[in-house]
Amino acid sequence: MTGRLVAMSGLLVAVALILQVSLFDAFAWNGVVPDLVLMVVVAGALSRGGQVGMVLGFGAGLLMDLAPPADHVVGRWALALLVAGYVAGRFRQDAGRPTVLTVVATMAACSFVSTSIYALSGMILRDPSLGFGQVLQVIGIGLVWDILLTPLILPGLLALYSRLEPAHAR
Amino acid sequence: MTQLQSRPVTRREGLNRRGSLEPRDPRSPRRSTAVALLLACATLITLDQTAGALDPARRVVGEVFGPAESAVSTVTRPVTSIPGWFKTRSGMKDDLAKLQAENAQLQQQVRTSDYDRNRLAEYDGLTKAAEDLGYAVVPAHVVALGAAQSFQRTATIDAGSASGIKPDMTVVAAQGLVGRVLRVTSTTATVLLIVDSNSTVGGRASSSMKVGFVRGGQLGGDSLELQLADQSATPTAGDTVVTWGSAKAAPYVSGVPIGKVTSVYSSVRDSSKTAAVEPYVDFGALDLVGVVVPSGTKSDRAIIDADGRFKK
Repeated sequence: MTGRLVAMSGLLVAVALILQVSLFDAFAWNGVVPDLVLMVVVAGALSRGGQVGMVLGFGAGLLMDLAPPADHVVGRWALALLVAGYVAGRFRQDAGRPTVLTVVATMAACSFVSTSIYALSGMILRDPSLGFGQVLQVIGIGLVWDILLTPLILPGLLALYSRLEPAHAR
Repeated sequence: MTQLQSRPVTRREGLNRRGSLEPRDPRSPRRSTAVALLLACATLITLDQTAGALDPARRVVGEVFGPAESAVSTVTRPVTSIPGWFKTRSGMKDDLAKLQAENAQLQQQVRTSDYDRNRLAEYDGLTKAAEDLGYAVVPAHVVALGAAQSFQRTATIDAGSASGIKPDMTVVAAQGLVGRVLRVTSTTATVLLIVDSNSTVGGRASSSMKVGFVRGGQLGGDSLELQLADQSATPTAGDTVVTWGSAKAAPYVSGVPIGKVTSVYSSVRDSSKTAAVEPYVDFGALDLVGVVVPSGTKSDRAIIDADGRFKK
């Protein structure tokens, strides 16, 4: 991982996190907002592979755990986004840029996986006590949000990442 | 495949999982990294759950992200909030007027509830006079709301320890109780809303004066549940529920209206009665709130003091 990649990823994650809590809460649907941070992780993993995806997911999740107004046990989003980064890395194709369908499918899979893992960790840790129906509802709405916004946001993120790509790896 | 072959062959070669001598793709996840990161997650979860050792880290991240959230919110709220409501000088004046009205209303409610308390005191001598609860309110705006994906109802407000706010202070809005302060940074504070499923507030049904506990209800829905300590007492629909407060006014001061009883249902399992309470505050549209601080608190902004006057 180069310094520029780390710096850009950090900046993107920070911006996504702030927009997620301070701007998109005004458009929340039953309290559910689009997972902008997850989109950055998926973009990183799709263009750079699972290794980068996992590290990026861990870092982004840790930030989500620590930044206000979070109050849950630290490490839960880190775990969820770490796995999401790994999953997105598996979707990466060696040849050429990913197709729109791949990107949307990856995003949907990662949205489902990350929210589910986060909810499951909450059930195991009893932090907070949750009902199964609520969890399914949140996962469902989150999935719709992410699928709707992926075609608008992810191409830009992917372009940013591919511009940073070292020439010999193209 | 063409891509793999075109790469320089400086990489370590070895038998891969498929048993061929293909070079390992350096971008595929390494097992050692995965194990290390998973262990790091487990360690973090354990540390935070057992000892709360990560509070300094939360504070540091909050010091950075809090002001950024405030800034983004200040820029975008006028657009995202109700159309036509712009943050101008006159808007701020409206805020002042609104908060003064809110404080006056709270004062009145405190007074009436004290009256009720005294009436109750005749029966059981349970309560003490609440003269020492001089309320002063620090005005603040909500700058960030926790997402439902985190299964929590928390908010960030743009006032922190520099404004005299400390953990376990009561947060109110013009309509009623909002929640309590969980932790503060110098310029922001994190508030646990009463609709969070981890939140418990001591509540009192105003008609019967019976005490009970108000808990956060279903996620997403803004509903509360009131469970009375006295199982024989039945709250009635339309009853107002107010806080009964705790010692030293932390985390909740007394007499703040919480909500209205909408329906009562009984549970067969533990033969208790639970009332559904509709909060007075609209948690989807939280904006201007006030943090209840002791009268005479030093603050970097104007405080609405106990007598309802603005004081710098």
